[in-house]
Amino acid sequence: MLLDAKIPEGPLAEKWEKHKFNVKLVNPANKRKYDIIVVGTGLAGASAAATLAELGYNVKAFCYQDSARRAHSIAAQGGINAAKNYQNDGDSVYRLFYDTIKGGDYRAREANVYRLAQVSVNIIDQCVAQGVPFAREYGGLLANRSFGGAQVSRTFYARGQTGQQLLLGAYSALNRQIAAGKVLMFPRTEMLDLVVVDGKARGIITRHLITGKIETHSAHAVILATGGYGNVFYLSTNAMGCNTTAIWRAHKKGAFFGNPCFTQIHPTCIPVSGEYQSKLTLMSESLRNDGRVWVPKAVGDKRAPQDIPENERDYFLERKYPSFGNLVPRDVASRNAKQACDEGRGVGSTGLAVYLDFADAIQRDGLDKVSQKYGNLFDMYAKITGENPYESPMRIYPAVHYTMGGLWVDYNLMTTIPGLYATGECNFSDHGANRLGASALMQGLADGYFVIPYTIGDYLAQMKTEKVTTDHPAFKEAEQQVTSRINKFLSINGTKTVDHYHKELGLLMWDYCGMARNAEGLQHAKQKISELRADFWQNVRVLGENEELNMTLEKAGRVADFLELGELMVDDALNRNESCGGHFREEYQTPENEALRDDANFAYVAAWEYTGDNQPENLHKEALDFENVKLTQRSYK
Amino acid sequence: MNLTLRVWRQKNARTPGKLVTYKVNNISPDMSFLEMIDVVNEDLTLKGEDPIAFDHDCREGICGMCSMYINGRAHGPEKGTTTCQLHMRKFQDGQTITIEPWRANAFPVHKDLSVDRSALDRIQQAGGYISVNTGGVPDANEIPIPKDIADKAFDAATCIQCGACVAACKNASAMLFVSAKVSQLALLPQGKVERKTRVENMLAQHDAEGFGACSNIGSCAAECPVGISLENIAMLNREYLGAKLTSENVG
Repeated sequence: MLLDAKIPEGPLAEKWEKHKFNVKLVNPANKRKYDIIVVGTGLAGASAAATLAELGYNVKAFCYQDSARRAHSIAAQGGINAAKNYQNDGDSVYRLFYDTIKGGDYRAREANVYRLAQVSVNIIDQCVAQGVPFAREYGGLLANRSFGGAQVSRTFYARGQTGQQLLLGAYSALNRQIAAGKVLMFPRTEMLDLVVVDGKARGIITRHLITGKIETHSAHAVILATGGYGNVFYLSTNAMGCNTTAIWRAHKKGAFFGNPCFTQIHPTCIPVSGEYQSKLTLMSESLRNDGRVWVPKAVGDKRAPQDIPENERDYFLERKYPSFGNLVPRDVASRNAKQACDEGRGVGSTGLAVYLDFADAIQRDGLDKVSQKYGNLFDMYAKITGENPYESPMRIYPAVHYTMGGLWVDYNLMTTIPGLYATGECNFSDHGANRLGASALMQGLADGYFVIPYTIGDYLAQMKTEKVTTDHPAFKEAEQQVTSRINKFLSINGTKTVDHYHKELGLLMWDYCGMARNAEGLQHAKQKISELRADFWQNVRVLGENEELNMTLEKAGRVADFLELGELMVDDALNRNESCGGHFREEYQTPENEALRDDANFAYVAAWEYTGDNQPENLHKEALDFENVKLTQRSYK
Repeated sequence: MNLTLRVWRQKNARTPGKLVTYKVNNISPDMSFLEMIDVVNEDLTLKGEDPIAFDHDCREGICGMCSMYINGRAHGPEKGTTTCQLHMRKFQDGQTITIEPWRANAFPVHKDLSVDRSALDRIQQAGGYISVNTGGVPDANEIPIPKDIADKAFDAATCIQCGACVAACKNASAMLFVSAKVSQLALLPQGKVERKTRVENMLAQHDAEGFGACSNIGSCAAECPVGISLENIAMLNREYLGAKLTSENVG
């Protein structure tokens, strides 16, 4: 199969406008004849469902949570970028585009990223119109701050709860359409398979999480907006329920998987404290506007931070990257923190942490101002660690945060299965090998509000309005497979819990396919994951029955898919013999320990094709053409 | 830490429930409350007993999914804290902890500690939004909003829809929840157009769902994990009176 990204012809700045004119339109009166399924109700899903319903399509929206408003977009803290140039500091669509391409270490598609920067401007307008209470200046105009990887202030924010407020905006738009009868909402419902009829995505199989009822839903097109798969690492900043099942099932039905090994490690996370730990909590990147990162200069210096004099501290980010300082991009900050800890200069009881210090900011601006800016984050830190960050520096360590890989999509956000779309974090398209701060929210909303509503029309206009009923054999077959898989889980009755497997997998992934990888470690992990997967299907214990609220059963299905995805991530990491962004292969680094890309051989998207159980996947390559940005070694010095 | 847990176990909405006692040992004070239950559930599973069902997701205090009555308090003893952000260091070694689901007629029990809060979504659907389609909106800076108004709207907008206010209220009223949305949107210029119908429709749905009336006790605000203020209820009342007593486009 030929991988066609369908990037429109013409100059970068005109591609999207031109494309919007060239796509086929669905007559307003015909829109009501089309049914669209949207899976996931985060920023990408809720905004898409609401907007498509506003246009007149019949939408069915699904989420596993008890309410659409609880999607994990809600936990994003820092902000959302937009090239508004309200601060008159030299921002522009082109600069946002450039920062994003460079920040992604030149592994993103130019055309998609440019479009993202273009529509970023509309997103802010839209959200304000919905009543999102962004931070304001005293004059009543919107406030901005800066984020890692940028030298302008283009980040719009709502205290430390930007994700929550943006999601509530999209959720309210969704609610309006639910009330209008244009969206049928299915909370506590999990997609367990995709139904493909005549090569096209025509529906999904779901399980109701309270009753266990397996249901079939047909549609003319299916949009997956199910978020990232960072929970493959068990410990991550993702919500506990975030999973890969929807996209993994779609992958097994023919959707190629793009760049699975690109995982973003976020530098400012509260460090792990014990074996029982279920979850890592992020401290917003905005803290690095005022917080200074440091470790002791001497190896093994275990003194309390206030006892270490200024000249015995190493502010390593400021030292190595004077022009970006503490605001270097996430991959750079993370790697440097790891390096300091690997040298034995880590702090705290585990030695796996560095300080994020606000003493200077408090002295300079006063306690009040600092607490006004970051108060809720400081409180959160105090709650979790039992320490007061106003008095002693925070301890932070990198953690798995966002997955840049996901289903491969073309410029229209369509996967390799016609009629199946992927939006937001679950596609691979906009962030390259590293995501800059405040750009995930931007992509989710861009895809949902301003991209998919145009591009899906092009597909629907070219297909007939006839519906496929759920009596079709393809539905029956998929339903039967889902049921027998559930019965299999319930019948194994082994001796180890689902969490046991998930934690084992997570450790393997973190140790060998985490912040730094090498060929030997990856080979080892591949072998181990395969053994773990075999053991899972022999010895996992899932109690209870299907026809009830059975959280172990839910987890079992997700972990089974993570076990398969983990192997593909390892394969992808092994294949990519270079370092870029969040993918750091220890064999490939500059003398200064920076990521060393190999543009001659790896300036491509790796798109993996499933070929059958326990078979190696086929690698397809989409060459990345950089016509507008010159590929250079990334420097933040 | 060693603890005695008394946990509400209930198979489903149709089956009566009861408190069941579990002895748990070796709990680290650094665990969150939910991590403590994770540990209990691992043990139960290995023993072949049904693990305790409870709602949770983000585990960072923002999604609003976690919900438990702990020793007679919504989300437990610590002020301004969701259950997932409550840590075991707030309890004492040897303590007995009673854990129950939210109790309200409008929140039927799914199983154990998990309840159905979809009524809150239906209240939002009755009018908790600004009617604006995607696209065709003015530039974001075209309508300046004074900082203090934006801040006030923000304070109201932080509600996480966990339902603690309902659980804490002796009337099982969801007024604090309704008032947060009504205040947020009534304060902002964009939301003023629909303020009358919004408050009327949301309150009508609130009553239809079987939530009780507000009798100004204030336990909702006292137990709210994100500090939604009672001032919002005062504003809700003003908005409702204004809607009832004034003609269109006045007031």
